[in-house]
Amino acid sequence: MPTPHEEVTKSDTRLDAPVLETIGLTKHFPVHGSRTRAVHAVDGIDIQLLRGKVAALVGESGSGKSTVARLIAQLLNSTSGVIKLDGMPVKAHAGRKFRRYVRNVQMILQDPFASLNPIHTVRYVLGRSIRIHHPKARKAERDELLKGLLTQVDLVPPERYLDKFPHELSGGQRQRVAIARALGATPKVLLADEPVSMLDVSIRIGVLNLLQNLKLKFDLAILYITHDIASARYFADTTMVMYAGQIIERGPSERVTQNPAHPYTQLLIASAPDPDQLTGRDERPAKGEPPSLITPPPGCRFNPRCPFAMERCLSQQPPVFQVGDDQEAACWLYADDASVDREAAFGARA
Amino acid sequence: MTLASPTIRPVASASERTPVLQIRNLSVDYGYDDNAVHALQNVSLTLHAGEVLGLAGESGSGKSTLAYAATRLLPPPGVITGGEVLFTSSRDGHGGDLLRMSDAQLRAQRWRDTAIVFQGAMNSLNPVYTIGKQLIDGITAHSPRGQKEAAKRRAMELLDMVGIPKDRLSSYPHQLSGGMRQRVMIAMALALEPEVVIMDEPTTALDVVMQRQIVEQIMSLKNELGFSVIFITHDVSLLLELADRIAIMYGGNIVEDASAREVYREPRHPYTAGLLHSFPPLHGPRRELRGIPGSPPDLMHLPTGCNFHPRCPFAFDACTTIDPVLGPTRFEAEEPHRSVACLLHDPAAAPGPVPVELGVRPPGVSPLS
Repeated sequence: MPTPHEEVTKSDTRLDAPVLETIGLTKHFPVHGSRTRAVHAVDGIDIQLLRGKVAALVGESGSGKSTVARLIAQLLNSTSGVIKLDGMPVKAHAGRKFRRYVRNVQMILQDPFASLNPIHTVRYVLGRSIRIHHPKARKAERDELLKGLLTQVDLVPPERYLDKFPHELSGGQRQRVAIARALGATPKVLLADEPVSMLDVSIRIGVLNLLQNLKLKFDLAILYITHDIASARYFADTTMVMYAGQIIERGPSERVTQNPAHPYTQLLIASAPDPDQLTGRDERPAKGEPPSLITPPPGCRFNPRCPFAMERCLSQQPPVFQVGDDQEAACWLYADDASVDREAAFGARA
Repeated sequence: MTLASPTIRPVASASERTPVLQIRNLSVDYGYDDNAVHALQNVSLTLHAGEVLGLAGESGSGKSTLAYAATRLLPPPGVITGGEVLFTSSRDGHGGDLLRMSDAQLRAQRWRDTAIVFQGAMNSLNPVYTIGKQLIDGITAHSPRGQKEAAKRRAMELLDMVGIPKDRLSSYPHQLSGGMRQRVMIAMALALEPEVVIMDEPTTALDVVMQRQIVEQIMSLKNELGFSVIFITHDVSLLLELADRIAIMYGGNIVEDASAREVYREPRHPYTAGLLHSFPPLHGPRRELRGIPGSPPDLMHLPTGCNFHPRCPFAFDACTTIDPVLGPTRFEAEEPHRSVACLLHDPAAAPGPVPVELGVRPPGVSPLS
């Protein structure tokens, strides 16, 4: 085990190097009463989180996106794969190592109604975060930090909120307290698991804008997990689309949403309500449901629903193909020898 | 992938103007004493035959309360304190005030005239009975005795109609996926071919792909069977696609009532305009959105005057004292069918002309009269 000193000297501090990186992250949950069967929740996920950038992970419920967040937060043991923080592989599930890790990697949960203890005031909740992560701070300093945290999340004046209980706050205010609690650790990485989906529609944008400002201010790397691809376009620099435990497409958000390459991403975008696109909707019917993750279909996991499924989609899992400059998709249509099929599927566009 | 009905619909054809459900001055309180929360205050809303009426609002705005009160399904401590809900059949003209019906009348009326699709299909189906039993139970309750076989055939027909294999009749709810359960709920609601179907967030728990499938199914069934729909959701962008008319609710009141296109292109209420700026677009230019500052009102401590004034960018002095009522817009002459509850549209109270954002005119009409 490296000493803290070694860790600093060895760690990769180049500016463009990812703060946090996962390589082949996999999680199989055992099925109760069976030794051989397992739920393939997450299979071989590679994610890179860069300083000052937001990466969105988009997928349906059950696609494994929250499991990815819990794996990265080290709340779950991975089946295989590596998580690297500043270039150093980390496995930390308890004790000091874990605490050192969570000082850098903090998580915001979906439901601020459940993630804040109802019997504690805002002062206590944030005070705990400061006490744990700034153990040497004196009382006066802690008070300053406390007020600073509330100010950072736009809960001003802080005095008004310090002695409130969660039930006295609105949903948006509660989520801001949860964000402040995460910031108390002065993290490098923020894992935001559906941070706005439980909030009222009129205040969601406010919370996303707040996260955007905090990202700029503290140079945070944010993993934004969501099922709403339109919000990913609004908020995230890069977007990764997850289906049945695998990332099937990734690229700059604007490219992924405007020129989706993978048939699943295309389906996702065509399905999202969009009042500007009332006419000229894609006529392809959306059939089927996500596959069982206990016995995922052989080959490409999207093949039972894919309108373009070919012979090899049924047997061979597609590798990742480059589609454009920064865009990649795990789909056989983008294989070099599949240009005919690609044209048949999308016309002359591709 | 398209909604089954054409997206450009006539705003007011003759058949659309026959009212089937008229809610008049409906008020609902939660609680009985002086501390009762006024969840709905004098809400009026009319559903016309063959129409899809969208009811949009944030949590706590009273949209579900309105649906449950109008069908008399409101559980205590919810109390209907006033108003009437008139149902008039467009088929044979029978009907009456739902709020004044006897229990027996109400039992006969439910499912046959008005049906409701509840929010969480997971919680609305009984987990210990097969979906077949639950479907048949409802059908036999409304049909003459000894019709068990016919009811079973009908149940199969219904499942088939919503795209579920007939042999699933003997499945338990946990054996179905979320989307299928929601389809079963829709099949149940349609069992007796009701004229009015109220859908309370039928797709909220589902993914966008499944949501699209269910919405398309609802629209094609609507065209086929000809019922009217009240579609309740917080997702205005979904409503813009499928609804003919949209009523926006805020803090227990309807604040705007207009056609879907008008709500989207020419909002008249500041809240509607703010709501439209709360949804990031999937296409078109990427621009910064502001949402609406502040939080939805606490119904226990509603502000004085207009409920929206603490969050309203256009609020002026009178807004803090006068509670606006739903009335015509400033452009009444050209859009008599629209209504809005905002003092900016009351020439007697407003300090000046309607702000530009709330006075967008249809193409071809001169700006700001």
